[in-house]
This record gives sequence, C-alpha cells and structure tokens, in this order.
Amino acid sequence: MAHSAPKIVNPEGIAEEIGALLGSMLVETVDHADELSFTVVREDLANAMVALRDMGHYQQLMEIAGVDYPERPDRFEVCYHLLSVTRNHRVRVKVSTDEDTPVPTVTHLWPVAGWLEREVFDMYGVVFEGNTDLRRILTDYGFKGHPQRKDFPLTGYVELRYSEEDKRVVYEPVKLAQDFRSFDFMSPWEGAQYVLPGDEKAAAAAAPAAAPPTASTPKATESKADTGAGDAANKKAEEKSADAPAKPAAATDEGKGAAKPEGKA
Amino acid sequence: MSDYLEKLDHVTDAADPTFGDTEIQNYTINFGPQHPAAHGVLRLVMELDGEIVERCDPHVGLLHRGTEKLIEYKTYMQALPYFDRLDYCSPLGMEHSYVLAVEKLLNLEVPLRAQYLRVFFAELTRICNHMLNLGSHVMDVGAMTPNLWLFEIREDCLNFFERASGARMHSAYFRPGGVHQDVPLKLLTDIAEWLDTRLPRLFEDAMSLVVDNRIFKQRNVDISVVSKEDALKWGFSGPMLRGSGIAWDIRKAQPYDVYDRMDFDIPVGTQYDCYDRFMVRVEEVRQSARIMKQCLNEMPEGPIASFDRKVVPPKRGEMKRSMEALIHHFKLYTEGFHVPAGEVYVATESPKGEFGVYLVSDGSNKPYRCKIRPTAFSHLQAMDFMMKGHMLADTTAVLGAMDIVFGECDR
Repeated sequence: MAHSAPKIVNPEGIAEEIGALLGSMLVETVDHADELSFTVVREDLANAMVALRDMGHYQQLMEIAGVDYPERPDRFEVCYHLLSVTRNHRVRVKVSTDEDTPVPTVTHLWPVAGWLEREVFDMYGVVFEGNTDLRRILTDYGFKGHPQRKDFPLTGYVELRYSEEDKRVVYEPVKLAQDFRSFDFMSPWEGAQYVLPGDEKAAAAAAPAAAPPTASTPKATESKADTGAGDAANKKAEEKSADAPAKPAAATDEGKGAAKPEGKA
Repeated sequence: MSDYLEKLDHVTDAADPTFGDTEIQNYTINFGPQHPAAHGVLRLVMELDGEIVERCDPHVGLLHRGTEKLIEYKTYMQALPYFDRLDYCSPLGMEHSYVLAVEKLLNLEVPLRAQYLRVFFAELTRICNHMLNLGSHVMDVGAMTPNLWLFEIREDCLNFFERASGARMHSAYFRPGGVHQDVPLKLLTDIAEWLDTRLPRLFEDAMSLVVDNRIFKQRNVDISVVSKEDALKWGFSGPMLRGSGIAWDIRKAQPYDVYDRMDFDIPVGTQYDCYDRFMVRVEEVRQSARIMKQCLNEMPEGPIASFDRKVVPPKRGEMKRSMEALIHHFKLYTEGFHVPAGEVYVATESPKGEFGVYLVSDGSNKPYRCKIRPTAFSHLQAMDFMMKGHMLADTTAVLGAMDIVFGECDR
C-alpha cells in the first residue's frame, strides 16, 4: 500500500461473510482500492441494511451519495456508506434506480438518513418510499429541477437579482455574457470519439486508392460547340464584324480566343 | 388582598379560564437566518410552548454554492481550493480528505516529510478551529473575555498559515502528492516556541475563566444529553461522538499520513452533555499541541512532494533547465493529471468530525462525482431531537457545542 490514506484493514473473509448475510439480496460485490461495495436488490434495501446493522455490526450510516450515469437504463446510483465502530471497518452499499422508481427509505433504521435522503432527492430527484419528510433541503425555496443530474447545466436556468423597480428580488432566465466554455482534454490516442481537423484525410488515404473520377462531358474545348457559353453566344461568335479580315477556316477551330473578333482592341 | 384571593378561588376553573388564567398557545418563531448566535446563515423554525422548545426545524442551504457540481467541471488540481471554502474555519482539514482521496485513487506514495508537514498543519488547523468554536461557544452563553483571548491564539495560527502558504485562511497548501512548498526552518522554530510559551499561557488563562465558572456550568451541564446509542444512530462524529462517551477517533482507528507514529490521547465525555463536548475540545487542543511537538521532533529532511512528474508539477528552477520539466509543467497546469477509474470514500478526522470525500473517477482529468460528507449536516439534523424540552436560551449552547459552519453544511 503506497498511498497514505486512512488505513482500513479488511477483516479476513469479510466479503464472504457479508455475502452470506445478504444472501439473495446481493447482486454484485466489488473490491476496489481496498474498499468493498455491495450492490443489492433495490426492493430489499431496507432488509439488507437491517442485516448489516444488526448482524454485521455496522452501527453508523455516515453518508448517502447519489451518482448519475445517464447512459445506464437505471441511471441513478445511491451509495450508502456504513461504518462499524466496533469492527473498525467501512462498507459501501449501492442500489440503482431511475427517475420514477422509488428506493425504500432507511429512516426507521437510522434517523440520520432523513436529511441525507432529502439531499439525494433534492439533487437527483430520486424518490424515497417511506420518508415522510421528503422536502428539498439545499436548494432555494421554490427551486425547480435537480441540479446534480449530468444533464442539468452548470450555470442553471434562472438567476436572481434585486429589482429596483419592483423593490424585491426577481428571477430571470440566465444570461451569460460569455458562452460557457468546456474544454475536452481527452487525448485522441486514448479513445476520443471525434475526428480532429485534418484527420479525415488520413482516413481517406487509408482506403484503397480509388480510380480517378470519370467526367461525363469532355473537359477540352475541341470545337466552338464546346465553349460552354451557350447557343446564343456561339451564334454571336459566328457573326463577322464588318472590318474583320477574312480568316482561314482552320483558325476558327483553335478555341475560344480565336472565336473573338480581333479588331475590337 | 384576601377578598381578591377568595374571589379567585371561586372563579378560576380549568374548564372556564377567566382572569388569573391565561390561555397560552404554542407559537412559532424564526431564529435566524441572520442571527449572531446562529454561526452563519441558519434558519431555525421553532415551535415554543412558553419558553420550552417543542419542535425545531432547521432550514439549511442558504449558503449552498453548488461546490460538488463545480468540482465536476474542474480538474483535480483546480478543485482543491474549493475545499478551503467549505469549512472556512479549518481549511486544511478539508483539503486533507481530498488529497488523500486523490492519492488513494492514484495509489501515490507521499514523501515522509510531506506527511509530517500535513499532520503538523492539520493539527494547527485543529487548534485554530477550536479557538473559534470554544470562544464563540462561551460568548453565546454570555462570556466575553475568553473569546477575545482565544482570538489572540487564532490570530497567531493564521499568521503561521500565512507564513507557510501565503494565505491566512484559504491556504490551498496540500497537494495530491505532498504539500505545495517547504516551510522555512524559522517558521518551525517559531511555532515550536509558540507551542511552549504563548499557546499554553493564553489558552490555559482563558480556560481558567470558563471551565469552573458557575454561570458557564449552569448554561451547559445536563443540556441536551445524547446517549451512545443515539449518537451512533444520528451519525455523530468527532467531538460530538466522543462527547457521548465513544472513544472513536479516525486518527487512531484508521490512521492516515503519520498519525500512526504519533502518541496522543482521545478524550471522552462522561455525562454526554454540552459541557462534555466543550471539554472534549479543550483537551483536544492540548493533544494537538502534543502531536505538533512530536512532529517537530521527528520531522525528517527531504522532499516535500512526490517525484511522480505525471502528478506533481516540477519546481520553477527545474523548469529553467529541463525541457521535460517545462512540458510536464505545461501539461499539468492546462490538462491536469488523469486519475484511474474507480471510486473511493476517504474520511479523515477534521476538527469538527468525520469529513469524508466520496470520489468517483471515470479515468479523465476531472472528477466524475465528488460527494462531500460534511460533519455539520448530520449534527444539525439532530437539532430537533436535542432541543426537545429545552429552553429557548439553550439553543445557543447546543448550537455552540455542535460546532457548525455553514460553508461546509450547505456546500
């Protein structure tokens, strides 16, 4: 262990012990960076928590954190961080849910969950079934939306100011003096999905060399009919000005320039 | 007079209250959001029966600044100064959790001197924080002088922070991988002298006015007793948990940095009331001074930040000579470092209790999610349960013993 973060020793066989405790309620166990996370079935969350608190001796609920993964079908993850002061150990319990499906409350197990669930509700819109006091907590009175969702803009939708005319604080749609700038530092060598300017040429070169395009109409001007200037112009070109010297017939076939009357200059 | 009493005796009847009896209705008052004893912008909606608090509904969030959302749009390095601004009374305690969380995801080793410096300044922060809390607690319950004396100590602490980091309050001194810069030897010797002379003299003087003071005891002893079971259920941590008689300190139980080399005691309460919480903090100040002295004795010479140039930027002198260093510096201050995907929850013993950071990384240079676990949020939630049946005037004592700072509670 190179880092100097708080040293938590996982007791021998703790993952198996909790796995047995949770039984069929357990969906997945992840052991990452010496931290154990247990994903449980959403409907069984309260039962799983009772088992962990009473049989696993995780007495304290320290934190409930919501995380938003918009690309998943169940986009929200709710992470419960439990602490055992007798075993000196921490575990994380996770459930996932979407915008509409409620998560069972744990307020009857830990009263501290009341505000923590209110915060997740406020920030993500996750509904907790059984929480009798599910009001907004951190945002303004009368706030709309759930600001921690990934699709909520950083600047928000409304701004407020004191209006001298109305003698009160008024809300207005947010107006940015400068566009919000978000720089993407993803390296094109490490999985960026977009095409960098100029890279499309490299893609074309990589493809097998295609035959040169064939033109449906000849590009050369072989005769007067090929000038592309249209019939009216061709007819006009045929007309001979009065002072023009007579020309040999072969000279008229040399192209556009020859068709022009020379005496105008 | 006797005929008046005789008249009262006949007329007064519970079912038909007339003169002599007054019908009292519960009424609701608003404590705050602008109240000097609310320690910031706390709004308490209290339902009173006479002077007895029946119900207390704290409204928080008036200082919500969306720190967690902002951090998702910043690189790991840019996110650090936000932590100073959470609990602005103990900035380095907040930074400590964050840098440890980032280092845990990176699995980055920190040089020993940097670990000592971090512990040293984290303990100075603890003293600094407790000076404000103890002072304002005694002022909330009516005493003026100790607060002024304790602010002398706090002023000294802030001057030390300034000499170490350049800023009095928002130091931004810790970095993933170590600390920002080394401290001059003169600063360490000055702090050592201060720890031996000025701190004990001022602190013990101020405490001698308070701890055995009859009025102070009347205002705090047996006020809002919280049993061990309740303290666990309500998610208490830090001095609040120790004040309820549970000897739990993350510095001892799950040591980080060099706390496992330190020799210190954990004070616990015996009566579980506001006075105990106050006394736990008083003793913590002495223990912090003890830890700082050990740090000064043991602190080795050496580098103050990791040499992993993919995380820690090189110093300016190096950049003048090395192209490699220049490139690293440029990349670290524009793009920042990438952190391997994963999630960690790192909690440290901040002066106010367990301050946790739940950091989710998706492998990019910005945190995918950074959930901050504030201490005050859980403590303040218990306000209703702690205030029930107490007098209105006890509110300030209970709040003072909780040590609430709204920068951290509201985030």
